Amino acid sequence: MYHRYDALIIGAGGAGLMAAAQLSNVCSTAVISKLYPPRSHTGAAQGGIGAAIGNVEEDHWLWHMFDTVKGGDYLTDQDAAEVLAREAIDAVFELEHMGLPFNRTPDGKIDQRRFGGHTRNFGEGPVRRACFSADRTGHMILYTLYQQGIKNDVEFYDEYMMLDLLITDDGVCNGIVALNVADGEFHVFHAKAVILATGGFGRVFKITSNAMAATGDGVAVAFRRGIPLEDMEFYQFHPTGINKLGILLTEGARGEGGILRNVNGERFMERYTPTLKDLAPRDMVSRFIWQEIREGRGIGPDKDYIHLDLTHLPPGALEEKLPDITDFVRTYMGIDPVTQPIPIQPTAHYAMGGVPTDIDGRVTLDASNTALPGLYAAGEVACVSVHGANRLGTNSLVDLIVFGRRAGKHAAEFVKTANLAALPAEPDFRARAEVSNLLDRTKGEKAADIRATMQAEMMDKAGVFRTGEALSEVRGTLSNLRARYANVAIDDKGKIHNMDLVEALELGFMLDCAETIVEGAVTRTESRGAHMREDYAERDDENWLKHTLAYKTSGGIQMKYKPVSITRFEPKERNY
Amino acid sequence: MQVKIKILRFNPEQDTKPHFETYTVEQEPTDRVLDALNNIKWYTDGTLTFRRSCAHGVCGSDAMRINGRNRLACKLLIQDVGANITIEPIMGFRVLKDLVVDMEPFFAGYRAVKPFLINHDQPPAGRERHQTPEDRDRIDDTSKCIMCACCTTACPITWTNADFVGPAAIVQAHRFIYDSRDQGSDERLAIMNDKSGVWRCRTIFNCTDACPRDIKITRAIEQVKRTLLYDRV
Repeated sequence: MYHRYDALIIGAGGAGLMAAAQLSNVCSTAVISKLYPPRSHTGAAQGGIGAAIGNVEEDHWLWHMFDTVKGGDYLTDQDAAEVLAREAIDAVFELEHMGLPFNRTPDGKIDQRRFGGHTRNFGEGPVRRACFSADRTGHMILYTLYQQGIKNDVEFYDEYMMLDLLITDDGVCNGIVALNVADGEFHVFHAKAVILATGGFGRVFKITSNAMAATGDGVAVAFRRGIPLEDMEFYQFHPTGINKLGILLTEGARGEGGILRNVNGERFMERYTPTLKDLAPRDMVSRFIWQEIREGRGIGPDKDYIHLDLTHLPPGALEEKLPDITDFVRTYMGIDPVTQPIPIQPTAHYAMGGVPTDIDGRVTLDASNTALPGLYAAGEVACVSVHGANRLGTNSLVDLIVFGRRAGKHAAEFVKTANLAALPAEPDFRARAEVSNLLDRTKGEKAADIRATMQAEMMDKAGVFRTGEALSEVRGTLSNLRARYANVAIDDKGKIHNMDLVEALELGFMLDCAETIVEGAVTRTESRGAHMREDYAERDDENWLKHTLAYKTSGGIQMKYKPVSITRFEPKERNY
Repeated sequence: MQVKIKILRFNPEQDTKPHFETYTVEQEPTDRVLDALNNIKWYTDGTLTFRRSCAHGVCGSDAMRINGRNRLACKLLIQDVGANITIEPIMGFRVLKDLVVDMEPFFAGYRAVKPFLINHDQPPAGRERHQTPEDRDRIDDTSKCIMCACCTTACPITWTNADFVGPAAIVQAHRFIYDSRDQGSDERLAIMNDKSGVWRCRTIFNCTDACPRDIKITRAIEQVKRTLLYDRV
């Protein structure tokens, strides 16, 4: 089936819906999403959205910018970080005006709490910057934006999965191909502008906070069409996932006073980061948790977890400010966080890397930021790069709103003057071939085995600690899995709601993500932010203060580099 | 532990009516019911179809009838439901395949209650609208709703009256009617007062029992009824 619009938005999480809010009243717009919009993973974000609105103590956007740059271990593009920190303030007010029910101070303003790596006066101590709605801030953002979509009569194509991106021989993006999951039909969406807002790929790892739908579809589809992927080696592990399950327990829990303790009951973070303690950035806290475990100070029969202790928080704090995580701990662990410490381990959480864009969300192709006309990306799928080598807590939500809005606004202008480039004769041939390959193969192996091996290997060898040797091993494993993937056979041969097919396609996307993560990690022979190479333990600004760009070529993945934008803050050693 | 799971299956491309199929899987007692379903799908029968995403009770995808009660498969542990589990799709909406039902009527009910802030005043420049913590608290419970449809499809009125907007839509209306910043209460209350609105509710409490977010849904519905009767928001 054929559809024509001015603009398409792929994905209906925070970034996609924010872009839709800019476009839907201006030009014909469709939002295409693999899930019903309220199921998007933005809804799982808990703790807050950072903005220097200074409601409870002095704060400045410049401090927020500095924290973002330092938190990113100076790989953050500073022009982008400045946009993020400045526009966060208006973004939060805009969300409030749309109806978001933030928690309030006694005088009726938006309340704010502490979060990891957010400081006053360039690192003096923690600052209350995270605007929050209990511990379901992401849920409230997602719903508020979806409500705007309904109010603005946005056209939604729910449960449509993007399989291909259409780019002309002249290098202009003019649409996508999607599979309607409900009936298995192919749909060609022809448009002047496409905004990728498909989210991340935490499911590449075994233990993750990410939803099952977070399989990197947009990242992989762009990569397959020749668009480079930036800084894929930087993958964030959130320090506090529920042990073994990976379910997120917000950093806001430590923002409200929670403490990490080892087997001796020691508040070990005091030793590592004396100023910020438990509120150091996530890359550091995750690393130090593993260090405690490796040195024998883990807890439990296998000494393989750490405690998050909330038992000393004032009465009512958990129910009022952290009700959801309290519920998770009771449901999934059978313990009561009011009286018992919580077993936690770092959990794969967020991709700093992704599809490169400029500060207007335009997808760029090279070191000089040449834009691909008609193609935008925003949110976790994108790499602006505003998070550098390590994202600060709350900044993902800021990113969605600020850059979702900028991409939407830019696209709205772009479609006014752009021509609709003609489609080739069979725009959906690649997507059809890929699907019929999976449907037609009657003998082969199950996708689940390949996926499980990938997730376990990525967790072990491309996680918080990496070495050249382990990365080479996982690279070999992935190449083997790639060969096996070509032989996957699915049980379900039907057209209607074929989730067997969907999961097999998603595995293909995840393999692209895993391969580029590992390729970047092998290439980058230094340690920076979330990328910790034990064989190259130091940050190496001389050689590596630059972004990686991974290109898919017929000879494998080719690496190129892009300079970091440095405007206000010279790289320094990173202490907290 | 060994778990026997009986699932109501229906493939519209092959079947004329639904039938039960039983699977035996090995699970940890602390696994989620969703883990068992994934286990079946990934290693035994890839044709088994259900929606799922976040796997920890916040996205609302995997509402299903588990041993006769509406639950999220990802928020129910095997040890809490036992070694014999019967799973059926939620009731009241057309089954599209296995445990996947047509959610369109559900979202139509949601859209019908104008689920967005209505405020005709220009918002203040460079700051938020103010709201007291007490006013914010009035919508705390209903703003937790994840639209999983556990409540609506547990309601006998929904099963028999396709026009009823259903408990979830009323919860969503409540979230705005009692928001001190909203000016659309009259429009929304008129919808609630309509023949497909709150007066269809017979105070059965199934919705409250079914809610995986522990929202006091019956109380929210009663509050809307009282507002309609006594004209007090």
